[in-house]
Amino acid sequence: MVDLKALRAEMDKRYQVGEISEQRADLAFLDCDKIDVPDAVAYLRDHEGYVHLSFITCVDRLEDELFEIVYMLRNHEKKHDLGVKTKIDRKNPVMDSMHNHWAAVATYQRELYEMFGIDFPGSPGVNRPFALESWAGPPPMRRDFDTKKYSEETYFPRPGRETHDPAEHMKKTQYPGRADL
Amino acid sequence: MKMKTDKSVLPNLDLSASDKGYFCDARPEVVEPVKGIWENFLNWARANSLWILGFGTGCGAIELRPLMTSRFDMYRFGVQPRPTPRQSGLFIIGGYASVKTLKRIVRSYEQMQGPKFVLGLGSCTVNGGMYWDSYNTINRLDHYIPVDVYIAGCMPRPEALLAGIKALKQRILDREAEGANDYARNFDWYKANQKKVITDWNMPDYNW
Repeated sequence: MVDLKALRAEMDKRYQVGEISEQRADLAFLDCDKIDVPDAVAYLRDHEGYVHLSFITCVDRLEDELFEIVYMLRNHEKKHDLGVKTKIDRKNPVMDSMHNHWAAVATYQRELYEMFGIDFPGSPGVNRPFALESWAGPPPMRRDFDTKKYSEETYFPRPGRETHDPAEHMKKTQYPGRADL
Repeated sequence: MKMKTDKSVLPNLDLSASDKGYFCDARPEVVEPVKGIWENFLNWARANSLWILGFGTGCGAIELRPLMTSRFDMYRFGVQPRPTPRQSGLFIIGGYASVKTLKRIVRSYEQMQGPKFVLGLGSCTVNGGMYWDSYNTINRLDHYIPVDVYIAGCMPRPEALLAGIKALKQRILDREAEGANDYARNFDWYKANQKKVITDWNMPDYNW
């Protein structure tokens, strides 16, 4: 078991951290200030046993004009996952690179650069295309990107596609005349 | 190498001057069928030696592997995989094609020697399938390369693939599998469609 209160108190002495919230017995999330994230994650790795960075991901909070970046860490000895969450401005999405702490982070950062348009200055090859070669449109995983509209404009949709509401369609075709459904 | 200036020559605009000499700058040519019964004989030979290009372009490529096994045994139909486009006559597009893959598909297709046939495997090649509204997968394969036979399904079973190969054979025997000539005739249209989605065109205009 990990004492989350003690962990948060230790972190609070050193960094600008927010609340810690327990999701499951083996999963918790810690809010952290953008400036302190690299140091806080390095501290967790060196002193608290969270030696494994499982992944970095991003949540697009369009309504709040925010990107929320999540660094998911794993403590193998205590079998505990800790996500360090930080919020960055959606209009100017720049985040500190962490490739000095884990070399493999550069790949995740490349992906975030491509899919969300978040810049990580200094990260090796961050602006090289990762999966989307020759991509010209806006970053496709942003929520204000209309993927259907983009596809229809770009990729010659074949006419004749019909869309049905599954429940209504099943009622009509499989159970005609059943009023109780 | 002396560059011709007439309209039939492709510009190869994006190639560097040192690379231009390596690539053909002529357009593909239409090869008219041989007159009379000889074409029937040639088509019989073509239909019975379909060699697949071993390039699994999508998830559907997993359905090609069982064809090799004794249960389905594609060799009895004269079908076998080849490792290079130069030796292949049949290109099976296995499912969805992202733009990145499409670039390689176009290049491989053009490097194949005629007569060449294309089999669209899976619903994604027909109209995009479940990726119809995706931002990075093409919807209609026949806008980029000519397709002879489509096999709908997600995924089609190996039996469906064998049925598709059988249908392709019948098309070849009926003199309908003219994909390579279709490509040569409508070359500008295909090229314009390809260049619309492949925006970083850094290969020759025609690869062979």
